[in-house]
Amino acid sequence: MTKIWTPNRRQFLKSTAGVAGLAAASSILPGGIARAAGLTVGFIYVGPKDDYGYNQSHAEGAAVVKKIPGVKVVEEERVPETVDVQKTMESMINFDGATLLFPTSFGYFDPHILALAPKYKDVRFEHCGGLWTEKNPKNVGSYFGYIGMGQYLNGIAAGHATKSKKIGFVAAKPIPQVLLNINSFLLGARAVDPTITCQVIFTGEWSLAVKEAEATNALADQGVDVITCHVDGPKVVMETGAGRGMYLCGYHANQSKLAPEKYLTGAEWNWGKVYTDMVNATLKGETIPNFVRGGLSEGFIKMSPLGPAVSEAARKQFESTQATILKGGFSVIKGPLKDNKGNVVAKDGEAFAETDVKLESMNYLVEGVVGSTS
Amino acid sequence: MTTEAGLAGPAAGTIKAETAETLGRKLDAILLPLVALIVGMLIFSIFLLFLGKSPIEFFQIVYKAGFGTPFSWTNTLARAAPLLLAALCVALPARLGLVIIGGEGAIVLGGVAAGAVATFAPGLPGFLGIILMGIAAAIVGGAWIGAIGALRHLRGVNETISSLLMAYIAIALMNHLVEGPLRDPASLNKPSTAPLPDAWRIGEIPGVGVHWGLAVGIVGCIVCWLLIERTTWGFAARIVGGNVKAAQIQGLPAGLLIIGFTALGGAFAGLAGMFEVAAVHGSANASLAAGYGYTGILIAFLARHNGLAIIPAAVVFAGFEASSGLIQRRLDLPDATILVLEGIVFITILLSDALQDKVSIVKLLKGDRT
Repeated sequence: MTKIWTPNRRQFLKSTAGVAGLAAASSILPGGIARAAGLTVGFIYVGPKDDYGYNQSHAEGAAVVKKIPGVKVVEEERVPETVDVQKTMESMINFDGATLLFPTSFGYFDPHILALAPKYKDVRFEHCGGLWTEKNPKNVGSYFGYIGMGQYLNGIAAGHATKSKKIGFVAAKPIPQVLLNINSFLLGARAVDPTITCQVIFTGEWSLAVKEAEATNALADQGVDVITCHVDGPKVVMETGAGRGMYLCGYHANQSKLAPEKYLTGAEWNWGKVYTDMVNATLKGETIPNFVRGGLSEGFIKMSPLGPAVSEAARKQFESTQATILKGGFSVIKGPLKDNKGNVVAKDGEAFAETDVKLESMNYLVEGVVGSTS
Repeated sequence: MTTEAGLAGPAAGTIKAETAETLGRKLDAILLPLVALIVGMLIFSIFLLFLGKSPIEFFQIVYKAGFGTPFSWTNTLARAAPLLLAALCVALPARLGLVIIGGEGAIVLGGVAAGAVATFAPGLPGFLGIILMGIAAAIVGGAWIGAIGALRHLRGVNETISSLLMAYIAIALMNHLVEGPLRDPASLNKPSTAPLPDAWRIGEIPGVGVHWGLAVGIVGCIVCWLLIERTTWGFAARIVGGNVKAAQIQGLPAGLLIIGFTALGGAFAGLAGMFEVAAVHGSANASLAAGYGYTGILIAFLARHNGLAIIPAAVVFAGFEASSGLIQRRLDLPDATILVLEGIVFITILLSDALQDKVSIVKLLKGDRT
């Protein structure tokens, strides 16, 4: 409770007094004006908190923060990436006295967080997605995890489980983060058997249940027998895939409950650790670095426990690869590697570590992926 | 003299019966929806009681978050701004008897048109750029909805279905354009058009904290009201809305009126998209499809397609939506709670239409006379 916290509290007392004054003036005061001590943290989600996906992974992180003494958590779900999210953030600041905000959707950053941050200099805005640069306000930070490694491990489990040697990927949009996941999934499977191919279908939207189900069915019709995805809520893909007898690799959160027999493993976010660190730093009065990233070894990412359908051979390769990744320096994208149009994307001996910024502008699908980015 | 005896008060004698009736009708038009609003809130309170929540606390929070503090008003008006223009896209064609529910399509394409202008002519000075974006958005939005009017008039295509389906086409077209030909290569993980030059950004109305789209929306509503209620064009449009054949027999250019008014409605929706791009997002991207076009339908129906009534209807609904967050946070109710409230209020206000002329001040006055 030192230098960073004091002005926040002062600001907060001021605003509380203001709100209380206004409320008294209009003789109307709903109970529950936020308390003047302790830290109030706001979490904002673009979809429902229980979507078995992106938003749930963040809500699980928020649930961990709730247990920290002296911290009050306020949450709001289904907030669109429009002026709505700006007003939600301001409402949390004005009505709840929130001084640390986690607006979690990618599209909240520009222009919404950037528009508010200069107005509320005593509030810390932490955005998930890794977009912060030196040009941006200092009270804004971004954090993200290297989840491609998780999809690589998914691929190893898939490579052992597939009999048709065809695995499938239901993807939202052909953007770099998604392409890296698709490529990692296929390369993981090819580490088991280099003849495996991965069919990808883009739905065009982050959350569009009908198309996700159609895509899953289309993949099943083509003989795909292991599936994963990168959409906001993997629930539809998992349930449809299980219904078609496919094995499943999860994404974002743990979906094993949806089909325990078919679920192999999954690449999960571990936001509980990230959020706990950030909230504890704030409580101690430390400044959170503006740019925070990590992967499996930093605890930002975790794998779902292996399911009953995972063979012994698969388990061994999965665990040894995971151990290698945890040691650091592992590269998924390494030469010689071509994209699926025949262009060389990594020369012999060339390797891109997960932290390499070149991966953040990925615009290709590697050889073995059936599908197109446009 | 019997008519005058029916009116209370000493001034009654000087008011002509007709004036009193007009006045009564105006009061009806205001009082009925108000009473319906309150009835809707009461019905909703029953739901809350079943959930074990206090309706009083609920509406106190709605009041506080929507209207109770200066910030609440900023919040409400910021949400109302796009709704005003979106509602006009429904209300104007409705006066000609057309139910257009695809304003969302004109909004997203208007936004893309604004983004395209910024992509192709970024060197222009700010004022010119804003005007050009506005014109482009209005033309694209107008053409989109005008085409639906044309299909209706020339080919007999049901405008409700076609406008809804064309909204999906519009969103797909927007996705194609911002992810393909118009994409700024620097927008990696959120495909968008090139960012607008700073001078092209539309700022806030001083002292209100809401962008100028709000003022344009209010002016648009007033202009549309004048156009429909006070000009011969509007009169002709209302006749077409009453009966197309009769209007044609009278020699009115029904086709031109239908296409013109649908296009005008679309132009307003296109402008809403332009303001989203120029005042909020700074570039055109998938966030444009935020559902304003659909909320606009509710508001236009609530306002009975009257331009002036759209303003309070949009403010009330925006206030409800502004309170949604605080409701979630304070009462631990799901985000759909406000949607349920909006739905119930919508239905009660529509039902109150059926009561018009049955329970009314005009009726009371006439009743007194007999």
